[in-house]
Amino acid sequence: MTDNLFKISEREYILPGNRACQGCGLSLAYRHALKALGENTILTIPASCLTVLHGLYPITSVEIPCLNCTFASTAASASGLVAGLKALNRNDVTVVAVAGDGGTYDIGIQALSGAAERGTDFIFVCYDNEGYMNTGTQRSSATPPGALTTTTPVLTKQEPKKDMLKIMEAHGLPYIATVCPSYPLDLHEKFTKAKSVQGTRYVQIYAPCPPGWGYLPKDTVKIGRLAVETGIFVLFEIEDGRFRLTGRSRVLAKKGKRVPVSDYLKAQGRFRQISPEQAEKLQRSVDGRWDEYVKRAGK
Amino acid sequence: MDNVQILTGNQAAALGAKLCQVQVVSAYPITPQTSLTEVLSHYIEGGELQAEYVRVESEHSAMTVCIAASTAGARVFTSTSSHGLLYMHEQLHWAAGSRLPIVMCCINRGVGAPWSIFNDQQDSIAQRDTGWIQIYCRDNQEIIDTVIQAYRIAEAVYVPVMVCYDGFVLSHTTMPVRIPDERDVRAFLPSYQPHTILNSQEPRNINPVIFPWRRMDAEGCLRDGYMELRYKLQKALEEAKPVIGKACSDYTAIFGRVHEGLFWRYRLDDADALLIGMGSLATEATMAVDRLREQGVKAGVLGVRLYRPFPREEIKNCIGQRKALLIFEKDISYGYEGALCSDVKAALYGSEVKAPVHNFICGLGGRDVKAEELADAVKTSLKMIGAGNLKQQTIWLNCRTEKSNDGQSF
Repeated sequence: MTDNLFKISEREYILPGNRACQGCGLSLAYRHALKALGENTILTIPASCLTVLHGLYPITSVEIPCLNCTFASTAASASGLVAGLKALNRNDVTVVAVAGDGGTYDIGIQALSGAAERGTDFIFVCYDNEGYMNTGTQRSSATPPGALTTTTPVLTKQEPKKDMLKIMEAHGLPYIATVCPSYPLDLHEKFTKAKSVQGTRYVQIYAPCPPGWGYLPKDTVKIGRLAVETGIFVLFEIEDGRFRLTGRSRVLAKKGKRVPVSDYLKAQGRFRQISPEQAEKLQRSVDGRWDEYVKRAGK
Repeated sequence: MDNVQILTGNQAAALGAKLCQVQVVSAYPITPQTSLTEVLSHYIEGGELQAEYVRVESEHSAMTVCIAASTAGARVFTSTSSHGLLYMHEQLHWAAGSRLPIVMCCINRGVGAPWSIFNDQQDSIAQRDTGWIQIYCRDNQEIIDTVIQAYRIAEAVYVPVMVCYDGFVLSHTTMPVRIPDERDVRAFLPSYQPHTILNSQEPRNINPVIFPWRRMDAEGCLRDGYMELRYKLQKALEEAKPVIGKACSDYTAIFGRVHEGLFWRYRLDDADALLIGMGSLATEATMAVDRLREQGVKAGVLGVRLYRPFPREEIKNCIGQRKALLIFEKDISYGYEGALCSDVKAALYGSEVKAPVHNFICGLGGRDVKAEELADAVKTSLKMIGAGNLKQQTIWLNCRTEKSNDGQSF
């Protein structure tokens, strides 16, 4: 079932020389996501790192039409595009909203919940770099506990990460998937599937961020792999309520052994102040969630 | 044969939107706008109007849906009041900045805290600097006609139009309304031509980050910076005035009804005392003028219909050599005076007009304003002016705090 390299389009929708940071996990994921979505797509994006990647007027690095929208309004903007296109009988276009964790978990959650509840026919993509990275690494509700940010500069974030995936699942969506740029084939396959489904689809990208997380740009793929190997981030999809582990997470559940979370923490400067108690608690919560996922996946 | 129906203001507005064959409607209910959204729901679910109705979870999302759908090329409609309008504030700027011909009814209502569901015009006046055209209606006939005109204006100048009318006073009051013929509306209103098309053949990044300065595009062509775009929006509003005038005269030619484009006049020709106001308050002022005339006072009404762009020159010329300006309004720019008063005075600056100005803040949060009270206020003002007191007064009409009763009999 897994896509192979030969199925991935050679066409690039992100032109070289864009303004994303070196080693940006988002741009890596975005490149493959757009290949899967193809050109008959309309994007809508709020203020975020992605605005920067898309470029400054009058030059853009992305060859897909895009409507920029305000921070809180992403999913509503997608709803308007869907309604407008439908009114004009343009039924062959995939509307895709892409927001960061701030634009999804926090300021954008109301519009997202509304659009999801209405069953709006679009894909909402959250690229989760676990903080307000475009404004320079402030805490978000997606920031993991123990991380230093510029608004938790001494004590680190104390609260657990919000479980956005559960919130989205509670909306009864036809398709939910998690993807990581370190596993582009898994990512490509899920975006291809998301495109084929009707209704509100939610895809969450784990997006490693070199400047925000404190690691070298060359290590983005490695950090992404560590996240999956430890179970910090789990690759799965939920199709009409059926939960399925995918890719490396599936293999790990079957026969592998997860790497300790401490390896993941040590690789990133943002966790340099994490207390042993916080680290241990994080390990326990990762273990608990992993067991839950494995149990759900069954056999 | 005229088709006359007895309609509330909200029913008239909904019917106006329907006659314009809007393609996308999105709104969030709020008193006193609610019944407008209900009527439109009936039209759409009942198949009388082929449109998408997006039942959003907030006003912020309602305006967002309009922005995105209008960008995609659909004719869109929304409506709100008070806090709903304030909640849209960010999106009002975004809509005007995007140069989208969105039409919205604002059913005027007071703004909290504390809560008020009743009428004044603080809500839309507080949005005057968002780049929208604002038109105030005096009765239900004008509401339906203005909604139809609004699309013609918005789609000609690519500026969104807010059609404002007073909550309850008009929104929930029934009046006979002449219903325009559908074919006539189609003749009056050409189909919407969007200025941008979102398609993959010509991928564009719409409304990205823009520099303060002008910048070359990929083909080496110099493109606008932020300042240039703002100047163009300002120009578009200024140049909308003749377009609005033409829309009104064309409307009269087809439908027979006269709505003067920028402002209307009542018993004005020989009037010494000019009562100036907007919306139903100006209608009320016409009754005050009738009383004053009976008592030998030469008074008339200048009803401001177009508030933004402000008809500066035209109002100045109309005021001319009158002896007193009595500006009544249902809003207050806190720490200064009524917003309309400031605008009218600014229009007169540097001219030969030297008429004394009395500004009346009235009807806030639905406080009743009777024609008789307006007439009495005018008489008191004229007495003061007659006695040589030419200083501007800002008077809170019918406001009965201990302080406001100290010797002034307004």
